[in-house]
Amino acid sequence: MDLLLFLQQLLNGISLGSVYALVAIGYTMVYGIVKLINFAHGDILMIGAYCGYYAFTWAQGTASPGLAIAFAFALAMGISALTGVVVEKTCYRPLRNAPRINALITAIGVSIVLENGARVLPFMGPNPRQVRIPEALTGVLQFSGLTISKVQVLTLATSIALMLVLTLFVQYTRTGKAMRAVSHDQQAALLMGISVDRIVSITFAVGAALGGAGGVLFAMNFPMIDPYMGIMPGLKAFVAAVFGGIGSIPGAMLGGLVMGVAETLTKGFISTKLADAVSFGILIVILLVRPAGILGKATREKV
Amino acid sequence: MKKKGVDFLLLLAAGAAVFLLIAGLAWIGVIGEFYLQLISTAGIYIIVSLSLNLITGFTGQLALGHAGFMSIGAYTAAIFVMRLGVPLLPSVLLGGAMSALFGYLIGFPTLRLRGDYLAITTLGFGEIIRVVLNNLEGITGGSAGLKSIPGFSDTGDVMLDAIIKFAWIFVFFAVTVAVISNLVRSSPGRTIVSVREDEIASTSMGNDVARYKMLSFTVSALFAGIGGGLYSALFNYLNPSNFNFLYSVNFVVIAVLGGLGSITGTVLGGLIFTFAQEWLRVLKDFRLVVFGLLLILLMLFWQKGIMGSKELSITRILRRILGLGGKKE
Repeated sequence: MDLLLFLQQLLNGISLGSVYALVAIGYTMVYGIVKLINFAHGDILMIGAYCGYYAFTWAQGTASPGLAIAFAFALAMGISALTGVVVEKTCYRPLRNAPRINALITAIGVSIVLENGARVLPFMGPNPRQVRIPEALTGVLQFSGLTISKVQVLTLATSIALMLVLTLFVQYTRTGKAMRAVSHDQQAALLMGISVDRIVSITFAVGAALGGAGGVLFAMNFPMIDPYMGIMPGLKAFVAAVFGGIGSIPGAMLGGLVMGVAETLTKGFISTKLADAVSFGILIVILLVRPAGILGKATREKV
Repeated sequence: MKKKGVDFLLLLAAGAAVFLLIAGLAWIGVIGEFYLQLISTAGIYIIVSLSLNLITGFTGQLALGHAGFMSIGAYTAAIFVMRLGVPLLPSVLLGGAMSALFGYLIGFPTLRLRGDYLAITTLGFGEIIRVVLNNLEGITGGSAGLKSIPGFSDTGDVMLDAIIKFAWIFVFFAVTVAVISNLVRSSPGRTIVSVREDEIASTSMGNDVARYKMLSFTVSALFAGIGGGLYSALFNYLNPSNFNFLYSVNFVVIAVLGGLGSITGTVLGGLIFTFAQEWLRVLKDFRLVVFGLLLILLMLFWQKGIMGSKELSITRILRRILGLGGKKE
């Protein structure tokens, strides 16, 4: 095996994996708090990608490239967060005490509406769009035989920064503490005077904002966007969340990286076509060997 | 014992009457060939939706890859018929068996766990099967599809062929209804329903919950595969991209619309859905938006669907009409 090629694919994998990690955090936070697999989360990625695309195209002419990119991220995260909260309030909240399967089916409905809604919206449409990478970000950096594109540098820097902010937020703010409390025990948190409804909304907003940022990064790495683009990365990010231990934020980060590396290594050394099958294989193996995930704790349900 | 015998005869007579009515109307030209084909399509949808209802409605485990199981059954049956010259009936059954085998393999790691893992595993599985079928060009024809699969019959008379198609599918439909409704009323079936109601309570009663979930899921995959085999003979053409995630969702919509946990509900839901889908073609791309909204609205405001988890008792209705004095059980 060629060591240089291996290191190169590893690098690519870490860059891609950091995007999966961002998206996986959204899955894991929502699951940790309301025990719902939010199938629409992949479509939030798509919404983020489109918002970033429009924001950047609009701002490109008037502002410097750096500012335009920052604006694209801000708008994508804002609109995604808004979408996440609206979906939570209208579709998931009324079903919070209903059987889990009902909320799950609703989530699929939301996903179908978002995807196909995007297809019929006149300014989005069903056709794929080419994303033009700003000139400041084209080109690659070379060091000792390894190549890293500027987009990959931006991807890594942005996702690491966002994950850092999230960790600080969850660990050291009052709201973050409340989130942890609600995910630990919703009833007890309610009795301690925490507004569970508010915390759930904030969780959806934060998760969706990260998903939206992930969408912008995804669109920069694979510069083609279409209404169905969120399905596959969404699925992989969910596998990443299960891999790391669903409900655990560090687990989602680790899982994302593993999924990214597994995918690029498969593409580099085995077969491009099989890359999707490998991520699914990882899910099966992890369910067989360690269903609680690498960093998750096996919990016993008490009656 | 005697009552059961009478009920069985009543059901058989009712089934035969429905079949003869539809086939007769088609023969004298009241139902055109197009609508008979649509009814046959509805029959396949109902078979697959019934199988989905077994695992989702009766066992409480959401499965999102029934299109995948259907495609396994469809391709297996078509390949046995076309490449190996096996007659249609055993080919369809082999398709079902192959699908059941995959169901067993998928269910084994997934169903031991509590929670929603089946949904995501079956979803992923459905996608993977599609990728694999697309890449096995030598066997499946890849993305170009598998063309001119032999149908149920070839008499040269379009109407007669359509009636024969309908007859095949009707018989399989009747068998599916019979097997699934008897299964859920049997002792293992009661255990399966107890898993839906409360997994922990069921475990504490000494039930091997994982085993019953496996039973339900394998039977479900079997019938989805049979539905797929019938699909291949009905449409004479297969393409992996037809069996995508949205196709799986159709069956979820049918089961939810009819009522999760209701067999007669699924039958009604399947008929309504198939005809609605045909008539809503005018909406073009909006059709899927409407389906998604329908799913959300059903879950928010009409969770029970048409039938809830109740059944329309055909025998009771027939007994009342015939004056046989159907006593309440």
